Amino acid sequence: MKIAIASGKGGTGKTTVAVNLAAYLDSLGIGISFTDCDVEEPNAHFFLNPDLNAEKEQFLPVPKIDEDKCIGESCKKCIELCRFKSLIWMVDAVLSFSELCHACGLCELACPANAIGQGQRLIGTSVTGKTGNINFTSGLLRIGEAMSPPLIKKVKELSPNSEVNIFDCPPGTSCPVVESIEGADFAILVTEPTPFGLHDLDLAAQLMKTLDMPCGVVLNRSGMGDDRVEKYLIDNNIPLLGSLPHSRTAASKYSEGGMLYDTIPGFKDIFADIWKSIQDQVSKA
Amino acid sequence: MKQLVVISGKGGTGKTSVVSALAALGPKKVLADCDVDAADLHLILNPDIVETTDFFSGERPIINPEICTQCGLCSEHCKFDAISKDCSIIPEKCEGCGVCSFVCPVQAVSISPRKCGQWFKSDTRFGTMIHAKLGIGEENSGKLVTTVRNASAEAAKAEGAELVLVDGSPGVGCPVIASLTNADLALFVAEPTITAVHDLKRVHKLTEHFKIPSMAIINKCGINAEQENVIRSFCSEKDIILAGELPYDTVFTKAQIEALSVVEYDPEGMGKKMKTIWDKMEKHF
Ligand code: SF4
Ligand code: SF4
Ligand code: SF4
Ligand code: SF4
Repeated sequence: MKIAIASGKGGTGKTTVAVNLAAYLDSLGIGISFTDCDVEEPNAHFFLNPDLNAEKEQFLPVPKIDEDKCIGESCKKCIELCRFKSLIWMVDAVLSFSELCHACGLCELACPANAIGQGQRLIGTSVTGKTGNINFTSGLLRIGEAMSPPLIKKVKELSPNSEVNIFDCPPGTSCPVVESIEGADFAILVTEPTPFGLHDLDLAAQLMKTLDMPCGVVLNRSGMGDDRVEKYLIDNNIPLLGSLPHSRTAASKYSEGGMLYDTIPGFKDIFADIWKSIQDQVSKA
Repeated sequence: MKQLVVISGKGGTGKTSVVSALAALGPKKVLADCDVDAADLHLILNPDIVETTDFFSGERPIINPEICTQCGLCSEHCKFDAISKDCSIIPEKCEGCGVCSFVCPVQAVSISPRKCGQWFKSDTRFGTMIHAKLGIGEENSGKLVTTVRNASAEAAKAEGAELVLVDGSPGVGCPVIASLTNADLALFVAEPTITAVHDLKRVHKLTEHFKIPSMAIINKCGINAEQENVIRSFCSEKDIILAGELPYDTVFTKAQIEALSVVEYDPEGMGKKMKTIWDKMEKHF
């Protein structure tokens, strides 16, 4: 089973839910692969403390122009066609700004002289490891690299398939989240009982609808705000999988990178209920 | 006119609550919400929209089913798996590279500008506000952030406002770089958690790189004394002036539920603390 954990925005407790669910399921003897898809700000390792293997550099294929083959100024087809201004004409040659390249391959397809081959650009690193029996995979985007989806895709490919696969998604509702959710059977949306929480949840729920992804909600810090999130879930027919109560002890525990499910009274039962609800929802879907 | 940008690295540190409180203090100003992925500031400031402008970025291919022969060439060449088996474009995955239209043997693919969102000029009780809404699953928030930044600087000039107060984008990627462009001062809102401190250090590298002077507020003090100290010593080591410390308190949530800033909701308590912070910031501007 593949479960993606998302939220319209950061700071709602998405990583808390992801790491605690993983550790709880691991404690039941279920095989787990955990993938931290938030390659811009990976956080899960602070809580799971995995033993990591050596980092691997990850590259994106970008064009490499063979100046001997290029027919030059009379052509410039590649420059004309590139939508991302990644190629320009400099004095007497095609120059490639690989930073801007989306690796779409159009220039290579279009070149009449077969002058475009494959170079590469470093987009970041990936790492795999183990924490107890949990397979752990994550990536780190190179500072200054604008495109995270290609690295997210690589990181997901590196993660071994287990009985339950957890994708901890980046915040937001744009391309990186779409890439992270790809292939999941079910998405957990994590939110808070506040106006900000509801607003961000609504964005995430709209994205799930567009992607046709079945989802349910975990309410974090429940009791801290009001009941408008619960009302929203009823009105929109989205299942509430469980609620984690607002607690200063939990906030402190989180702040030091600690686990909640086995240290805060009552949390283990809540994760047991969440797991049961997920199974019900997935078997229905 | 000065530009103050509030950032936090990671979401959920209370950045938007701090921005709304600062909005209620100080001189005549223009407000800019650069968290275009998941804007929340409007939930407190309740803007009256005066002007709406569509935001276009990149291109959108459309396959005409009347002409398409379902040959499958386009989906074979699309590097982003953005064309489904039944030969229709999946907009959330499409990068607008134009490969599909290039390879189509029967010219079934037309290309038009892609509407990715909207931006607004609004009136609020604290002054003019520029904000935006990125479409669900759309990319290029960096370009939309730049649009918001430029529009807010223009509005400030036109109105003779002394200050542009920017609610910055989360993360360390392209949107936050766009948020920081031309800033006179960056204000970090830091939370004393192991993950937030790590993200603070990452985002500080950016302000250092762009040589933007910075100040910091430690929010949610009281949940982790050790991490609070880490932030304090990081600040003194890096010449970040500590503008103030705010206790871990539900008053921010309560104010949010009433759609008020803490300065309005709790003028004698948290409001006074914010006033002291503002005075200190003003001195260093
Ligand atoms: S399309 Fe090929 S031949 Fe034409 S300018 Fe580009 S690299 Fe040179
Ligand atoms: S691969 Fe695509 S984005 Fe990159 S240079 Fe070629 S046409 Fe431009
Ligand atoms: S424009 Fe590019 S990404 Fe979009 S569908 Fe066509 S080939 Fe795929
Ligand atoms: S290449 Fe053209 S004709 Fe072939 S499937 Fe795509 S749109 Fe249809």
